[in-house]
Formats: sequence, C-alpha cells, structure tokens
Amino acid sequence: MAIVDVRANASRVAALRLATICVVVWGSLAHATLAQADVVRDDLGRELRFDHPPLRLISLLPSITETICALDACSRLLATDRYSNWPRQVQSLPKAGGLDDAEIELIVRLKPDLVLLSRSQRITDRLEDLGIKTFALESDRYSDIAHNIQVIGEILGLDARAQDLNATIAASVQVLATTARAAHHGAAPSVYFEVDSAPYAAGPESFIGELLARLGARNIVSADLGAFPKLNPEYVVRHDPDVIFVSSDEAQQLAARPGWSGMRAVREGRFCSFPPDVVDTIVRPGPRVAEGMRALAACLERESP
Amino acid sequence: MSALRPSIVELELPLFAANTGWRLAAWLAACLAVTLLLTASSLLIGTSSLETSFGWLLNPDAQSSVILWQIRLPRTVGAWFAGALLGLAGAIAQGVFRNPLAEPYLLGSASGAALGVTLSLLAADASLGGLAWAGKLGVTGAACIGACAAIALTILLSRGVLATASLLLAGIVVAFLLSAVTSLLLLSKPDVWRAMQAFLLGNTGFLSWSSVGLLGIVFVVCLAPAVLLSRGLDALSLGEDTARSLGLSLPMLRLTLLGVLSLATATAVGQVGIVGFVGLVAPHLVRETVSVNHRQLLIGAPLCGGALLQAADLVSRWIVHPAELPVGAVTAVVGGIYLVLLLWRRNRHE
Repeated sequence: MAIVDVRANASRVAALRLATICVVVWGSLAHATLAQADVVRDDLGRELRFDHPPLRLISLLPSITETICALDACSRLLATDRYSNWPRQVQSLPKAGGLDDAEIELIVRLKPDLVLLSRSQRITDRLEDLGIKTFALESDRYSDIAHNIQVIGEILGLDARAQDLNATIAASVQVLATTARAAHHGAAPSVYFEVDSAPYAAGPESFIGELLARLGARNIVSADLGAFPKLNPEYVVRHDPDVIFVSSDEAQQLAARPGWSGMRAVREGRFCSFPPDVVDTIVRPGPRVAEGMRALAACLERESP
Repeated sequence: MSALRPSIVELELPLFAANTGWRLAAWLAACLAVTLLLTASSLLIGTSSLETSFGWLLNPDAQSSVILWQIRLPRTVGAWFAGALLGLAGAIAQGVFRNPLAEPYLLGSASGAALGVTLSLLAADASLGGLAWAGKLGVTGAACIGACAAIALTILLSRGVLATASLLLAGIVVAFLLSAVTSLLLLSKPDVWRAMQAFLLGNTGFLSWSSVGLLGIVFVVCLAPAVLLSRGLDALSLGEDTARSLGLSLPMLRLTLLGVLSLATATAVGQVGIVGFVGLVAPHLVRETVSVNHRQLLIGAPLCGGALLQAADLVSRWIVHPAELPVGAVTAVVGGIYLVLLLWRRNRHE
C-alpha cells in the first residue's frame, strides 16, 4: 500500500515536472516570438510596437520611476522628472522638469529609446513630433499598480520579474489588510484624511481612500463626492471621525477651527501625521504600496479608540 | 479733513438735490432685509437637509448647536463683513481713480497676498528655516501683510499717489512681478499648490467669531474716514483741476483713501482669500439702482457687497452639498453675468 503510494507520488511529481518544463519552454518560445514584435497598448489607447526591449529610458512620473527601479531596471534610466526621489540612486540623475513643463531639449539630447509618462496629450504629441517614442500610463488607482508593473515589465522584457513583484506586493497587502481588520475586532474606525486645509479630503475613490478601505477603515466621505472633494468644514464636525489623518503642522491648528475643538479626535489628539518620505509611499500608486499601507495601519491601530 | 469742508460746501446743493430721500431709504431697507433673510437662511443651509436644520433649531444638542452657532452663523456674518470691506474698497477705488472699472485689487494687493500665503505655506517645510516668521503668521496674517506690502511697493514705484496713470501702471507691474515670484515658488514645491489654489479661489469655510470680530473692527475703522472724505471724492469726480481749485489737498485725500483701501482689502483677503468681482460689482449695483453721491455710494456699496458675498457663500455650500464650491468661483460667475447684462443694457440704450 505504502509502496504504491510512494510510486504514485513519484509519478505525479514526474508528471508535474514535465508539465512545468513544457510551460517554461513554451513560455520562452512564446516570449521569443513576441520579442520579435511585441505590441502593447498604452493608456492613451495607442498600440505600440517594441521590436526589442528599450534600454535608454526617461520616466516623467515618480510612480513609474519607482516601478522601473523595482523591476531592477534602474540602470536603464537616463533622467527622471523633478519629483522622482526614490530609490536614492535616481536622485543623481538629470531632472527633466515636471510633466507639464518638461524640458524637451534635455529629453531630446539624451536620445531615449522610450519616454514613460502619465497621460498628457501635449507633451506626448510634442515628443512624438520630435521622433521620440512615448508610452502613457495612468497611475491614480490601486489597480494601476499591478497593471503598470505588468505592462512595464512586458515592455522592458522583464515579465518574470514583474510577475514576482506583483505576487510579493499582493501577498504583503493581503497580510496587512487581514491583520489590520483583525485588530479592529469588527468595529471599523471612522477616518477623515485631510489632503489639504481648504479642507480637501481624500474620498473612497482616491488611492489613499482605497488603501484605507483595504485596512478596514470607514471613510467619513461618501464615494459619490469624488476623489478629493472640497468639504464644507461642518461635514467633518457632524461625522466626528475616530481618527484624523492630517499634516503635523495642521494638526496643532485643528482646535482653532470654528467648532472643531469639540470633536472627539481633536479633543483626544487622535491624529495620524507622516513625514514627507512616508507620505510619498501613501500618495504614489507604485511598488512601495505595502510600505505606505504599513504606515497607515500602524497609526490606525495606535490611534483608534 | 475739516480744512476741506468749508471750501466745497457749495457743491452740496446740486449733488444732493438729485436724490429723493425716500428712494434711498427704501433701497437701504431692502438691502438690510436681504441681509437679514440671508443670515437667517444661512442657519438652515449646510451639510444637513433643511428638515434636519429646522430640527436642530428647535431641539439643539451639543453637536448641532456648535454647528449652528460656532460654524454657520460666524461664517455668514464674517462673509458679510468681508464682502462689505470689498464693496467699500471697490467704491473707494472707483472714486479715487475716477474709473468705473477700478477694483480693490488693482494696486497689486491680490498678488501680494498670494505671495504672502505661498511663503507661509512653504514655511511649514522645515528645510526653509529663514521663513519661520512667515509660518508663525499663518495664512491669514501672511495674506494681510503681503497685500499691504504690495500696495506700499506700488505707491513707492509710482513715487507717490498723485499721478493716476503711473499708479495704475505700477500696480500692474507689481501684480505681475509678485505673481511670477509666487509661480516660481509653487513650481519648486508643488505640494502646496492645492492649498494655494483654495486661497486664490476664496474660502469662507473657516470664519470664526474671532475673525468676525476682526473684520467688524476693521470695517468700522475703514468706513468712518471714507464717509468723512466722501465730499472730497465728489469734488474729485469733477476733475483733478476743479478739485484742486476748490482748495482740496489731493495728496492727503488720496493717501488717506488708499490707506483705507489697503486696510480693507488686506483684511478681507486675509480672512476669505481672493474673492473676485464683489468689489467691482457692488458699487455698480448701487449706482444702477439709486443715483447717488459718494457718501451714499460709500455706505451703499458695503451693504451690497456684504449681501453679495453672503449670497455667494450660501450658494457655494448649497449647490454641491455636503461638498462645497470655492466661493470666489461663485462670485465670479454671478458678477460676470451681471456685468455682461449691464453692458448689454447700456448698448441698447445707446
């Protein structure tokens, strides 16, 4: 009985191994044929053809820069936009301005194979006119992270690395979400995330809102108000959130706002504030999303009543 | 002030005779009634439904009384005072420059305020140690000081207050210069852009009783000298030479009035941000509905401006509630439409 079992197992293992080899061989064959003419669609709806993976890149968006580096292709970057600051090694690269005031001349001089940017028709048209290939990616939502990693991996010929990275991120996010939800014991803390003192809030539709929702927090802003609504301040007073996410400077001044001093979170000092480098991980839909979520979760657990 | 009174006493007859007293009284009463109505409705309008607000008024609990008396009421009263200050500043500007298109911001105060706010927002960044003073002022103080400094710079550049053309030119130059500096600063620190935008579009959301107190005091301080000097403005409207021949001290008159204009504009801008069109439209509204001399204009324009900004504030919190529109966008739309209508009517008459 036992012997039969072992044999059955052995043959199963062998079959599995064979199947794996087949998949790998097929995969690399498929990749080899695709590599001849890889057609990828960008977020402006353009079908772009890549005869071979581009080696000279310029990124005009921090989250794309981070994605390229997380795919171990940082060395292919010639320049970035002025806001890209992670990982450290991109800080020494030439800065090609922002998205809407990019330094076209610098970009042209660097002779990139590909400029990756977010959707902006104006600069895309200008660069294409000058014979520079561009690829536009949206980077606003949680779902954009995995999509952008996969697409950039595909373009750069780093599909396997992209798959690994996506799996790692998904696993970390899953763990964080489960742990955070367990920590609330079923009672979701209500939160108000102030993007700015106008007051603009991060709604459930925003990337920050998505992260908070995954951590089981209840946003006081309803989804129909949009991603970053400008709220009437009394809305916040009425909903009296458990925890307020706000910049540390602004946190000290909340009590001075008319009617705010009576709010529970203000009275009990239940604020979450983050230093600028952590804020980057919270606001950029990029490969460091788990890091940002960890910071949010830690503060949420600490400050929830 | 007292020096110019006897010399222009003879102006009183023709200017005052044009007005029938009861019409003006009715107009003032209507303005006050509208203000009271708007103030009352402001208690009902906010993030809650009208029924809920009524319920709060009848049976207030701790939270709803905070919302009614600490948020909604000071907000609407503060909006009135800020609008009144802008209306007063607009009437003064149009009188001093003898130009119906003059408005409170034409000496560069808006750009100065914007630069002040940008500096104070940047100061929140610890790396800029030299700007710590700007951070301490807060947005309100920084805007106020920035506006005053810009007007002072304009007067300095035009070497005094006498030459209208060079004052206006200097105002334009200062406005562009300071805006350019602001834009450069914003470009280097894009994270303050949204806060800046909110300021540029006006915000009545955080008016508290202390801001109302400040606005009220400044309003009284500004209104008194302006009304006292109104006859000087009447004389000025006949031309600078005529005014001078009537024994008017033009430098003193203009300097005092521009001082009042600066104080009024800077205070209003500091509290509610750069709200456009109120200062331009309010004096026109008064002139269109009652024919007036400057004293009546200087009293009427604040009443009108106050009601206008109050109404705009109500609209801004009602239309997309519980979110809100920037109040400056509302005044711009309403004011713009009014000016276009005015233009059409004039064209038809001609």
